[in-house]
Amino acid sequence: MGLRLTHVAVARGGVPVLSGVSFSLADGKALILRGPNGSGKTTLLRTIAGLQPALSGHIEGAADTVAYAGHADGLKAMLTVAENLTFWAAVYGHHDIEPALKAYTLGPLRDRLTGTLSAGQKRRAGLARLMVTGRPIWVLDEPTVSLDADAVGLFANAVRNHLGAGGMALLATHIDLGLSDALVLDVTPLRAQASEMHGASDEAFL
Amino acid sequence: MIALLIRDLRLAFRAGGGFGLGLAFFLILVVLVPFSVGPQSALLSSIAPGVLWLGALLACLLSLDRLLALDFEDGTLDVLATAPLPLEAALAVKGLAHWITTGLPLVLAAPFLGVLLNLPPEGFVWLVVSLLLGTPALSMIGAFGAALTVGIKRGGLLMSLLVLPLYVPTLIFGAEAARRGAVGMAVDTPLLLLAGISLGSVALLPFAAAAALRMTIR
Amino acid sequence: MSLWKYANPVKFLALSARVQPFAWAAAALGILIGLGWGFFGTPDDFRQGSTIKIIYIHVPAAWIAINAWIMMLIASLIWLVRRHHVSALAAKAAAPVGLVMTVIGLVTGAVWGQPMWGTWWAWDPRLTSFLILFLFYLGYIALWEAVEDPDTAADLTSVLCLVGSVFALMSRYAVLFWSQGLHQGATLSLDKEENISDVFWQPLVLSIAGFTLLFLALVLYRTGTEIALRRTRALNVRLDKAV
Repeated sequence: MGLRLTHVAVARGGVPVLSGVSFSLADGKALILRGPNGSGKTTLLRTIAGLQPALSGHIEGAADTVAYAGHADGLKAMLTVAENLTFWAAVYGHHDIEPALKAYTLGPLRDRLTGTLSAGQKRRAGLARLMVTGRPIWVLDEPTVSLDADAVGLFANAVRNHLGAGGMALLATHIDLGLSDALVLDVTPLRAQASEMHGASDEAFL
Repeated sequence: MIALLIRDLRLAFRAGGGFGLGLAFFLILVVLVPFSVGPQSALLSSIAPGVLWLGALLACLLSLDRLLALDFEDGTLDVLATAPLPLEAALAVKGLAHWITTGLPLVLAAPFLGVLLNLPPEGFVWLVVSLLLGTPALSMIGAFGAALTVGIKRGGLLMSLLVLPLYVPTLIFGAEAARRGAVGMAVDTPLLLLAGISLGSVALLPFAAAAALRMTIR
Repeated sequence: MSLWKYANPVKFLALSARVQPFAWAAAALGILIGLGWGFFGTPDDFRQGSTIKIIYIHVPAAWIAINAWIMMLIASLIWLVRRHHVSALAAKAAAPVGLVMTVIGLVTGAVWGQPMWGTWWAWDPRLTSFLILFLFYLGYIALWEAVEDPDTAADLTSVLCLVGSVFALMSRYAVLFWSQGLHQGATLSLDKEENISDVFWQPLVLSIAGFTLLFLALVLYRTGTEIALRRTRALNVRLDKAV
């Protein structure tokens, strides 16, 4: 169990953006990625989630254990909140969406069409989706966008509960979520230098 | 997989879901034909099978770009790609959902539209049979085209350019079956070949489409 | 296989630079002599008159049109399996050449058929198949142009080429089946077989060889251009990052 990255390099559009990324995430632990916009955090998270292959290095423990929440909410506008969550639960082999609805106080919104919700409400529903997957590793890219202070609190609680149950969380965020013993990884020093563009897909042309 | 099928069917029937769009287009097209070729019943009779096939094909094409583009835009495609469901299966299911919500209604509507075009009496059965056998191919080939162009802005037109040449064998055999059936000739060859194309498309194209999707997501 | 070393763009460019002059020269020779001999050095056909001489352009163009697609198919497979950029770029480079050859084949085919048919076009199986091939070329080229990232474009166009090839083959047989419905029968056919024996084959062979060498030269040249473009792009990306 756990997630381990060893000397991972990731690329965006064939060009390396981060290299030498190494860390371990044990059960119950959280890791926060920090770094300026465009530094490659999203690329790293997408690679760990399995959406694209790493350029080099090893990622262990990420197969079938990751639930990913990116910039988009992953919800269909023409389905109700309950229908959206039930669908994702079914895809991942679960059926009970009540804990997720409760954790994000989505109960009163359960039969509202997702397209009619405000940005913050949609975000809450999108984050609730992670809870119905039953997967141990949560990978989140800027999860608190559009959330007000109360909702951020709900989210932080949900993460704390998840960690308490032995889950792991990997987040890229600027917000302080009050996760006191979370590790922090600043990716700025890991940016692939122009000189070390080894493994770029267009290397052959240089 | 069932969950995905139900979801897509539900989405198609909701407002703005596109159900009925294909049917409406089919109807309008068929109605326009006599205005373009003249109302002589003998002429309409002879071109009816082909025109109905072409109309069904174009109506299918129309609803294809919403197959994947919407999922791409709202992020559900990314999540689907990381879900336990194999992408190949997801695409096959999406193709099935498209067939149920677009292809099948066209098959059922075709005989009624055939009346408008003076389709010969023997032709109705063969029209329906050929469309039934051929529309799965249209849906699956279309799904492949949608997968190729999902990441392209305004990819709908390009998708049509890519998919229409791929439709040629299906159209030829389907329309031939309908046409020959309408004049009482033997239809086994075109029907068998049509069924072969549908089976092959449904069995193999999900893999090609999934590969294309992964390339775009990457 | 030592051929794989030309997957390296630099080595490829070096080889191309050595081969191209000969290819261009031989292509020019082959085409000029082939066409010259064919047009002026052979007698008219007793049935079709001098129009049959258009086959000295038609047949080689059609030959290249098909073989260009086959070359693109093989190059696409090599890209998908071994990720050699030169292969992907060669396929991209060959497509417009194949497209033009298809058009030449279609136009010369129509010109050839006109005196016989009395119209500028007939849905003869061969011409129809080439028309479909034309559409496949168009789609392939359009896809290359529409995708932003060059590697993704190479990937998607390769998949299209593969699937398209299967359907192109199916179309060939479908069209044959479909044209049986035409009651006009053999008089519409541009069947090569029954006509080739009527003409002198040596100038035809020369012409085909010339066109093939022209294809080779063009693809080498255009692939070189594509490689240069990618190199520029790669350098620019690194420049941006360094700044």
